[in-house]
Amino acid sequence: MNPIALRRGAIGVALLLLITLPMWIGSAYYVNIASQILLFAVLALALNVLVGYGGLVSLGHAGLFAIAGYTAALLLEAGHGHLVADLAAIVVTLLAAAVFGVLSLRTTGIGFLMITLALGQIVWGVAYRWQSLTHGDNGVNVSGRPAPFGISLSTATSFYFATLVVFLAAVAAMALFVRSPFGASLRGTRDQARRMNALGYNVWLIRFVAFLFSGFWSGVAGLLYMYYTQFVSPQVAALQASAEALLMVISGGSATLLGPIVGAAIVVVMKNVVSAYIERWNMVLGIIFVLIITFMPEGLVPGSVRLARLGWRNLRRRSGAAARLEEPAS
Amino acid sequence: MGLWLTLAVNSIAIGGLLFLLSAGFSLIFGLMRIPNLMHGSFFMLGAYLGVAFLGKGLGFWLAALLSAATMGALGALIERFLLRRLAGQELAQVLLTLGLSFIIADICLMVWTGDPVQPATPPHLAGALRVAGLFFPLYRVAVIVVAVVVAVALWLLIDWTRLGAMIRAGVDDAPIARVVGIKVSQLFTLIFALGAGLAAFAGVIGAPVLSIYPGLDAEMLPLALIVVILGGTGSLVGTLVGSFVIGFLYNFGQAKAPDLAYVILFLPMVLVLVLRPQGLFGKVVP
Repeated sequence: MNPIALRRGAIGVALLLLITLPMWIGSAYYVNIASQILLFAVLALALNVLVGYGGLVSLGHAGLFAIAGYTAALLLEAGHGHLVADLAAIVVTLLAAAVFGVLSLRTTGIGFLMITLALGQIVWGVAYRWQSLTHGDNGVNVSGRPAPFGISLSTATSFYFATLVVFLAAVAAMALFVRSPFGASLRGTRDQARRMNALGYNVWLIRFVAFLFSGFWSGVAGLLYMYYTQFVSPQVAALQASAEALLMVISGGSATLLGPIVGAAIVVVMKNVVSAYIERWNMVLGIIFVLIITFMPEGLVPGSVRLARLGWRNLRRRSGAAARLEEPAS
Repeated sequence: MGLWLTLAVNSIAIGGLLFLLSAGFSLIFGLMRIPNLMHGSFFMLGAYLGVAFLGKGLGFWLAALLSAATMGALGALIERFLLRRLAGQELAQVLLTLGLSFIIADICLMVWTGDPVQPATPPHLAGALRVAGLFFPLYRVAVIVVAVVVAVALWLLIDWTRLGAMIRAGVDDAPIARVVGIKVSQLFTLIFALGAGLAAFAGVIGAPVLSIYPGLDAEMLPLALIVVILGGTGSLVGTLVGSFVIGFLYNFGQAKAPDLAYVILFLPMVLVLVLRPQGLFGKVVP
């Protein structure tokens, strides 16, 4: 079986599993967890554009995620319709991403990380302290989910399918992005910024557009999450949320398409499982961070592939050596 | 007028606290080229430890010093056994400090619960100082004095001692410093311990003013970030100026626009990034 057919087969099976998921997974609780995984996968994919392909590690993406949720929630609260609220949320998130990008792309590397962290904290500060606008710690309640094309999203299953559609759109957009000349030029700015510059590419502009692209999908994920919980609170914008998103990207494996999705699944499942038994999610989050960075810095997907290859090679070498050892005896 | 003067004194006191917090952050950043995302945690854990020592009946300043020493030792251990493993991988080091900050935050929550703790100001500093008909809280004046003493000591250390010369050499060009025989990795441990100790010290003496609560770490860390971005990395003078700017904004913001007080703190950072990305006193790194 050639690799391309294998790949297509795997994608087909994955699609089939995702579409039929509500039928075989059992209770609505698990369907909801699946929705969470998919919507956080959208966020992780968005962040991966910058972290993986752009080499720009952002610790402020929860800010963009939260801006979309807050904008829509506040507009809905003010009595606007879903369409207006959602469109406005995306526009506002894009504007915020533009501001974030202009400020943070003054530098790269660690400087970029510091500035995005500070910008994310500004969003948190507005959400938490600007009581008259955002109701502070009480958050904003949203009554009801939208009903696109007359289909109500109030049940767990219908919301799951809506999330699945958005998730598939995001994956398709990412796949196109990775293969496009623009994706290649972004990777170029990551690996050889100076050469790209010398070749006549506008490095800053490439990074800025990537930031907008990433911001757009972060906003989409933020909207989904707002509708999922029908509530937004400053928690969404906290540094910890940005760190969780980053953990999804690096735990799964950055600069791969599958990595952030796997990472989102791992983090969401861990978070739900751990929270069900003990209240120490923060501790677990920190420990996973430390372990992954120390032992598997490239992420679980590439890391497992590497370990599997290493094991396979060792196995073959050992069996080869054993065969050679046996030869003289026979 | 009186209100403004009192606000100004409070602002300088907060600025002093911020200086104690940020000086270590700035030195670590200058030398190791990483922002230590645990710095807020050192501040918070140090403050909690100080309260624990106070509970054992120790004097206030002794508790602060003991807490600083404990956190300094912890910082040295973290640098030596965790960060050192990832030498040269700056991003991994930063993320490691982030992971550790979550662990520390959770340990604090486990041990000291979620209720805010506010130790009383030490009795000999409880009163107010009366100058020209105005009252200034004595404790805040003491905080200013301590911050000034530490700032002078740091300046003497960095600018006038052999160790300071070695640190400056490491900040300017670590590889060349190694070539001429300076043990830069030992400096890393030392500076990390110093930074952790200073942050913890700031935490203890800040506790009677700010009180200690879960989330304090995530609130203080961005302040250190802002101060350092504002002042320029690796510059003590820049850190000092940045601390006082933020100290003033902190108090005047809270008095005039409490809703936006936290956000206002970030404005100077944004301005500096747009107009002078290397910071007010930073050098341009080619």
